[in-house]
Amino acid sequence: MLQTLSSTTPPVIESGNQTKTRARVSRDDRNTAGHPFVDKPRMSCRDVNVYYGDKKAINSVSIDIAENEVLAMIGPSGCGKSTFLRCLNRMNDTIAICRVDGTIKLDDQDIYDKKIDVVPLRAQVGMVFQKPNPFPKSIYENVAYGPRIHGLADAKTELDAIVERSLIKAGLWDEVKDRLDQPGTGLSGGQQQRLCIARAIAVGPEVILMDEPCSALDPIATATIEELISELKLQYTIVIVTHNMQQAARVSQRTAYFHLGDLLEVGQTDKLFTRPSHQLTEDYITGRFG
Amino acid sequence: MSNLLLVTILLGFVSFGYVYGRKYALAAGKKGGDIHKLHSRPAYHGMLIALWCGLPTLLILFVWQLIEPSIITSMIISSLPDTFSSLTPGPRGLILNDIRNLAQGLHFGSTVDPELLHASDYYLQLQQTGKNIKSASVIVIGIAALLVGFRHFSPGLRARNHVERIVRYFLICCSLIAIFTTIGIILSVLFEAIRFFQKIPLSEFLFGLTWSPQTSIRADQVAASGEFGAIPVFAGTMLISAIAMAVATPIGLLSAIYLSEYASKRMRAVAKPLIEILAGVPTVVYGFFAALVVAPFIRDAGASIGLQVSSESALAAGLIMGIMIIPFIMSISDDVINAVPQSLRDGSYGLGATKSETVKNVIIPAALPGIVGGILLAVSRAIGETMIVVMAAGLSANLTANPLQAVTTVTVQIVTLLVGDQEFDSAKTLAAFALGLLLFIVTLILNILALYIVRTYREEYE
Ligand SMILES: Nc1ncnc2c1ncn2[C@@H]1O[C@H](COP(=O)(O)OP(=O)(O)OP(=O)(O)O)[C@@H](O)[C@H]1O
Ligand SMILES: [Mg+2]
Repeated sequence: MLQTLSSTTPPVIESGNQTKTRARVSRDDRNTAGHPFVDKPRMSCRDVNVYYGDKKAINSVSIDIAENEVLAMIGPSGCGKSTFLRCLNRMNDTIAICRVDGTIKLDDQDIYDKKIDVVPLRAQVGMVFQKPNPFPKSIYENVAYGPRIHGLADAKTELDAIVERSLIKAGLWDEVKDRLDQPGTGLSGGQQQRLCIARAIAVGPEVILMDEPCSALDPIATATIEELISELKLQYTIVIVTHNMQQAARVSQRTAYFHLGDLLEVGQTDKLFTRPSHQLTEDYITGRFG
Repeated sequence: MSNLLLVTILLGFVSFGYVYGRKYALAAGKKGGDIHKLHSRPAYHGMLIALWCGLPTLLILFVWQLIEPSIITSMIISSLPDTFSSLTPGPRGLILNDIRNLAQGLHFGSTVDPELLHASDYYLQLQQTGKNIKSASVIVIGIAALLVGFRHFSPGLRARNHVERIVRYFLICCSLIAIFTTIGIILSVLFEAIRFFQKIPLSEFLFGLTWSPQTSIRADQVAASGEFGAIPVFAGTMLISAIAMAVATPIGLLSAIYLSEYASKRMRAVAKPLIEILAGVPTVVYGFFAALVVAPFIRDAGASIGLQVSSESALAAGLIMGIMIIPFIMSISDDVINAVPQSLRDGSYGLGATKSETVKNVIIPAALPGIVGGILLAVSRAIGETMIVVMAAGLSANLTANPLQAVTTVTVQIVTLLVGDQEFDSAKTLAAFALGLLLFIVTLILNILALYIVRTYREEYE
């Protein structure tokens, strides 16, 4: 499914010295190295700039997101990963001082077009946040919230079916099926995060954005979520921000490295982690920066 | 030496104790080679010495000030001839007053009883001695305390812990003052109310349907015996509070929602203070606004559609009281809504909910316990409000649910029972305390309920 295009440098296959490959792009270069574009993108972003007031947080970022892939975004804190992620379903609209320019397309439709309504957009591009944020309602109501506001179910049985399906997909059904009427806030952190994923799935999105979904969880809950992501990618396109490079390596097919508002490198995850092309990427993943 | 001078000297001692105690500790620490050998930082050592000097001396001064007058008085009394000590307290007080006046150089009439003159001289003399003893003892004790403080110093002295403990006791004392005042008020109201219930049975007070507290003031007066059924009065309070809450809750809540969710920063910065000005308007101003503008307006409006409205009506008072409470509800709701975590809003917007859907389905339910708590607090304010009702709702204790009639409230009745010349053990006057007690119990329950709700809400997010 995933095909890289416009590769200026042919991939180097050197089995002998994979551990110590020289990065080629110098530290001063702010262009995107690697392969940011793909054949049939689900979403494509071109020259995206984001400003908070006068401050530029994202600087001319262009990248494609392929169908059914997991794209990981990594980079030092404050480099704009969350900001960029939030552009993809226009969550930045809720921040008064935030301004976005450039084009972001979902299936060839510019999502910042004046004619576009954010309500269906956000149903198509769902979001899971860093801290599990279930509503202070019952487990059932948490999942039913989205379908209700989008009018996805006419009858109670239909709604029940959606809730059950979403909870099954989020791998939570077996744990909560006997207590759907209990508050979602009463679940454990990992369960809450899966509840939030179920809540996002319930409105039938095609793309799911996840902003550090495991950073508030313990290793076991993290492993559960990672497994879940691997299953979800069969059906959904997933963009995940993470500070955990092992996690990026485990769950993603492609990885994008952000640095102070610039997108410095995009590439196949295994390649980016073993043979980064940008010097700063190498600095970051080897722990010399960040 | 005047008290002012004495206190100034003491403050001098205290500052000396602090400054030099600190220096002393610093020097001792340096001499020891390692400043960390000092258990506490030098400032704490200085503070401890200052407190050691300041606290006992100020305490002595304070206690002296309290007991000196009674000691002097008793000494004067014992110096006076026996004829005096056989007098009843009334005339005795008058004579004592004369002596004090004489001592201050005031005397009325041309002749002065030589015995009194003598007593007043003695009084002056006692006062002077008292002053001298006081100044001397305070200064001596102050210096001694300083010396002891410095002697007591050693690098290992746990000065920080001592200072912290003293601070803690001081804070405890402050809160005790508030607690004891509350207890005092409750007890005094309670005892008067008990006296009332000795005259009027509790059941009549709680369940009686008529309120007309006209009793005879003098024994020879012919008057009705008075009826003390509190129900009409409480019904009036409930009616007016209900009208007030019906006005204040929606307006206050909706403006809070507007301010916290919809308004731009600039709008909020302007509108919030403007609304909060309402809270600063004295209630008496609201009262005459209600009585002079709103009540006649309601009466005329009622008349024009053929309704009989009395010129003082529960509606007028309730409306204005509601307006008075708006900022109260608004600012509590605003706080509570702002305390709803941004992550919940994000979660809702992230699912494609619009602003009003988010407000209705996420923010209000999440904030509801806090809002309800705020509303209950506002109710107890409405119940306790007096001025507006006195001016706009009238004094007649009608048992009615019709907001167009004049009604009266508990607080208003308390005021009318206690103004003017009263005999303090008639049922009429004592009834005020019984009403006050009942009112206090009601608002107490409301407040406890409100606090309870607000607190369970807090636990949900932290
Ligand atoms: N609401 C906001 N208002 C103003 N500036 C913001 C806002 N949100 C983010 N920024 C700024 O934009 C820049 C990028 O922030 P962003 O949250 O996207 O970083 P991040 O890569 O997600 O960092 P982290 O890894 O710590 O989450 C930062 O410099 C931050 O200070
Ligand atoms: Mg972030």
